[in-house]
Amino acid sequence: MPGVPIVKLHDVLLVTIQDELLDYSVDELQQQITEQVVEQQARGVLIDISVLDVVDSFLARTLHDIAAATSLLAAKTVVVGMRPAVAITLVELGLVLAGLQTALSVEEALDILHEGGRPRRTARR
Amino acid sequence: MTTTPEPETRSIVSDFLDRRRESIVAEWSGAPFFRTAGMDPEQAALDGAEVLAGLRRAVDKGEANNPAAEGFASIRSLLEALAVQQVHDSTLVAQTAAQMSGLKEPLLRLWAEEDVPRELVAPGAVLLSGAVDTLGLILLDAALTATRDTIASQREQLAELSTPVIKLWDGVLAIPLIGTLDSMRSQTATESLLQAILDQQAKVAILDITGVPTVDTMVAQHLLKTALAARLMGAECVISGIRPQIANTMVQLGIDLEEVATRAKLSDAFAYALNRLGLSVTSTGPGAV
Repeated sequence: MPGVPIVKLHDVLLVTIQDELLDYSVDELQQQITEQVVEQQARGVLIDISVLDVVDSFLARTLHDIAAATSLLAAKTVVVGMRPAVAITLVELGLVLAGLQTALSVEEALDILHEGGRPRRTARR
Repeated sequence: MTTTPEPETRSIVSDFLDRRRESIVAEWSGAPFFRTAGMDPEQAALDGAEVLAGLRRAVDKGEANNPAAEGFASIRSLLEALAVQQVHDSTLVAQTAAQMSGLKEPLLRLWAEEDVPRELVAPGAVLLSGAVDTLGLILLDAALTATRDTIASQREQLAELSTPVIKLWDGVLAIPLIGTLDSMRSQTATESLLQAILDQQAKVAILDITGVPTVDTMVAQHLLKTALAARLMGAECVISGIRPQIANTMVQLGIDLEEVATRAKLSDAFAYALNRLGLSVTSTGPGAV
């Protein structure tokens, strides 16, 4: 079974999950990402889950753990493209993943990673 | 009612229906049934004749008590049209079906005047009466179906109308909720809001409940869940227009909205949303401060 591709783009790791993952591949993914963060000296991790129809509690938990682990390694993690049905299901399961950064699009996620969580247009009110 | 009438009775009754069709229709088409349907007399006579033809076919085949019979099937669309008409005129459905029995009076009177063997008079009358009752049932059925269809389409429209998602600005959506929220409605609201967030890539969604008089635990939970789901998708939810009573209720129910931004009015929520996008509103008119 092929792993999940992890692409480096400047100081950001792009992780695109293309298929539903079995639990052990989820574990593997977490290890790979944390290792790559250190190896590539990445400052951000972008995980795109927009193709997933189903996100089970284990993957949700792991996404949260990846974010926590990468933040210990001084890299910020943003999850991109969660579908409405997935979001509702996770909330119904009580998995609100507090502390996990999310974004609607890859573009926005890159903004968040580069601007410390704030949109680029920073005109004050 | 369940016994099939003798073939002899059936053929005599069918023959009677054929021969006397015109006089039966002439008497019947003046009945209240056709008057309430708002028909002109000519059309009533034509429809009446068609109904009787169908009735005759059913009697002939010995299926006078079977609403699904072939004879009745041929006049079903006519009866359905009548039923729809009456439903729209909001006549009582039961009344409509009862008026179908208006056919019995001329029918049975003319039957009694027939020159038939004595022992066939009673079975013939039973047969005719049963057939007319079946007509009533079909009419009732058609009316109920028409009502059900109306209700279903109205319910659909209501669900669509009740949860309008509005785009206030690039990246800012609002869903103004008005009226009583039940769990089905809040479910629809959640789904359409989240879908709109995805479609329009909206960063902030405003849930405005100014027009909602009361909120129960389930609905409050639902609002909270909507906000959390929006956050998981990468958008932010602001709830505005919480009434004082609702705020009290929510506190008493122990519902914690700490995770969700709230604003007093829709305008405040909009200002908050613009701020989140890094935009601001400036007055340029002569009255500008």
